[in-house]
Amino acid sequence: MSWFKRTLNSSIGGKLIVAVTGLGLVGFIIAHLSGNLLIFVGREALAEYAEGLRKFPAILWALRIGLVGMAVAHIGFTIKLNLANKAARPVGYAKKTYRRATLASRTMVLSGLTLLAYIVYHLLHFTWRTTDAEIAALGPYEVYDMLIIGFSSPAISAFYIIATVLLGMHLSHGISSVFQTLGINNPKYNKLFRCLGPALGTVLALGFITIPVAVMTGFVTR
Amino acid sequence: MKLKLHVWRQKSPKAQGKMTSYDVKQASPDMSFLEMLDVLNEDLAQKGEDPIAFDHDCREGICGSCSMVINGQPHGPEQGTTACQLHMRKFKDGDDIFIEPWRAKAFPVLKDLIVDRGAFDRIIQAGGFVSVNTGGAQDANCIPIPKHNADLAMDAAACIGCGACVAACKNSSAMLFVSAKVSHLALLPQGQPEKTRRVLNMVNQMDKEGFGNCTNQYECEAACPKEISANFIAKMNREYLGASFFSQEE
Ligand code: HEM
Ligand code: FES
Repeated sequence: MSWFKRTLNSSIGGKLIVAVTGLGLVGFIIAHLSGNLLIFVGREALAEYAEGLRKFPAILWALRIGLVGMAVAHIGFTIKLNLANKAARPVGYAKKTYRRATLASRTMVLSGLTLLAYIVYHLLHFTWRTTDAEIAALGPYEVYDMLIIGFSSPAISAFYIIATVLLGMHLSHGISSVFQTLGINNPKYNKLFRCLGPALGTVLALGFITIPVAVMTGFVTR
Repeated sequence: MKLKLHVWRQKSPKAQGKMTSYDVKQASPDMSFLEMLDVLNEDLAQKGEDPIAFDHDCREGICGSCSMVINGQPHGPEQGTTACQLHMRKFKDGDDIFIEPWRAKAFPVLKDLIVDRGAFDRIIQAGGFVSVNTGGAQDANCIPIPKHNADLAMDAAACIGCGACVAACKNSSAMLFVSAKVSHLALLPQGQPEKTRRVLNMVNQMDKEGFGNCTNQYECEAACPKEISANFIAKMNREYLGASFFSQEE
């Protein structure tokens, strides 16, 4: 297994882990959004979806463990790579001009860490239901009411929207990066790869934002 | 034209350096950037001060010696141009110009603007070659090479090893340099026998030298005086991961 350890410890191997786990997390984000958008179908559809998820506990737990594992590996390896990057330039420039780096690419650690903070809050809020007595009093499948109660608070909706915008930015750089990191590269598709990140990032962020906006504007009500 | 330069001065590798300001009173727009520094240095020498040390050799954009970051950009503001080929007409009268050495742990400053780029040599020694064992050379035309591959190999081989990619990267990553060297040999038939070991050893040496990890911002590509494409980094990633997971190399 020496080759395996060597690969994981290398720069390119570390990036491979970040890319693969990032891609897995993107898969989760897409599935999560698809489920959430059922709020626009109605109360029953959302309850049925929530119930359906719990029908196969073994699968649910396998997915949960997989998700946590991917998140831990993603964050762990990005921290390791970032520390190495900082160490690689002990003295900075008095003047530095960027030519090509996008805002999203320069704020990956900021967007990632904000997301992490948001995810912890989000789990406390909607999964463990420890932050709001009204939500805690709901039945396990009353997800529709939970979302409406949760997003009636402008402060919570604002935090959610900010985190979602940062998710969009993280993915706009992240998704396009995956192709480069994995070496999936062909002049025939490179334009597509470079556009896919910003496109998917925008669509996913807008998708998530529709939910608090719909609640706040009274488009969906109890 | 008159200029105000802010130059990194550092007496020796261990000494504390600092930015020092100099007035250049008479620079011509037709001078190259290095000639402008020559004029300043003559002034300094006449005043009995230590001239600014900077690397240079060919002054025609092919040796890659003239390593300096000008106004936050390696080799200065002109796309695809080395510092020695940059002309003062790119600047305006009265400009402030910041001049700093390449900044990377793997490129320690020796004096002022001169850094030790021995790390690149050690990466090349780790695999950036084709071992040609003696024997009669066969006719060149016996080895067919697709035109497309020959062109790509030539694009990669245009790398002059100046280190601007490292200087431009916020992570001081050397991946553009290493990928150019890995790719130009991997694209040609002569490079095939040592292909897997080459990429493994060169990446290993790159990591050992203390260069950072690419975060796909492509600042390297923008700074490269030979305009080497960051697509070669993707190629190197593919070669490296392929060699790690699918070859028999340990
Ligand atoms: C919703 C969760 C997340 C998703 C879907 C996600 C997705 C991605 C993707 C696809 C990449 C690109 C990998 C590559 O370079 O090829 C990436 C990179 C990265 N992620 Fe995340 N990520 C998430 C959470 C986080 C968190 C919580 C952090 C906090 C530390 C983080 C920090 C980073 C960093 C620093 C990079 C490297 C950026 C670069 O190469 O410039 N991510 N992420
Ligand atoms: S001095 Fe040779 S490239 Fe500039």
